[in-house]
Amino acid sequence: MDKSIDGTGNDMSEFFAMGGYGFYVWGAYGVAALAVAIELVALHARRRAAEAAHAQGSLR
Amino acid sequence: MNLFRYSSPSTFYPLAGKLVPWFGWSALLLAIIGLWIGFGLAPTDFQQGDAYRIIFIHVATAWMSMFIYLVMAFWSALSLGFNTRLSGMMAQALAPTGALMTFIALWTGALWGRPTWGTYWAWDARMTSELILLFLYFGVIALRNAIDDDRRADRACGVLALVGAINVPIIYFSVQWWNTLHQGSTVSMIAAPKMAAIMLAGMLVMALAVWFYAIAVSLIRVRCIILERELGAAWTSQLTEPGTT
Repeated sequence: MDKSIDGTGNDMSEFFAMGGYGFYVWGAYGVAALAVAIELVALHARRRAAEAAHAQGSLR
Repeated sequence: MNLFRYSSPSTFYPLAGKLVPWFGWSALLLAIIGLWIGFGLAPTDFQQGDAYRIIFIHVATAWMSMFIYLVMAFWSALSLGFNTRLSGMMAQALAPTGALMTFIALWTGALWGRPTWGTYWAWDARMTSELILLFLYFGVIALRNAIDDDRRADRACGVLALVGAINVPIIYFSVQWWNTLHQGSTVSMIAAPKMAAIMLAGMLVMALAVWFYAIAVSLIRVRCIILERELGAAWTSQLTEPGTT
């Protein structure tokens, strides 16, 4: 628990372990990243659908 | 420059399109810098170990969840007061990203609460009012989907957004007004922050990254909404001559 991430970066497994809190830290950041990715994909699909509806329009 | 020129969908659409890459790439750059500070430079906390590193995403999204709601309420007020089309569209564009920020704040808070307080969730004032914020966003989105006429939906959602805005100061001051499991503010506008400078720096850079992300995504979405709602308007279909269809 008292192992620190001291910035030397020479031990990846220590970094991912997060001093025993890996599940909580990566669970938080992982789901946040996933949620952002879902928003971006959904937005891209919405954009495509709106463009398709304007297929004959002149919008950039 | 006359800013009111951009208050109509047809003039705002290309402007928003030009702004998106600036905010989007800035958000990505700031997120990389913020995470580098948060995970590379900031030391392990002497009390919480590395679990505290959740702060960099938790506080940024929690701030943004409240701020987006206030901005949504602001556009709703303009929409109700002046009956302008673009303000209703802006309010509509902000709701999904506000809900996303609220969800991330709640989720990361739960995963932070477990190792530090021993529980994922408690019905204390801060967490309960933040959960109500999520339901308010869902309510605005659901109400929008339930009403076919866009201008009527603007008005109905505007009223709901404005009434719900009372919840934002309740969230913000909940840790002062009630005894909460959630800690009080570590960063305040009236007092010196109670945290190490490097941790504070990481938090502020992440807050800026999340802010720019929210702006970029909302601008992309408002462009979609303009296309969807102005379908058939003369300026969006200049190539489709009237009478040819």
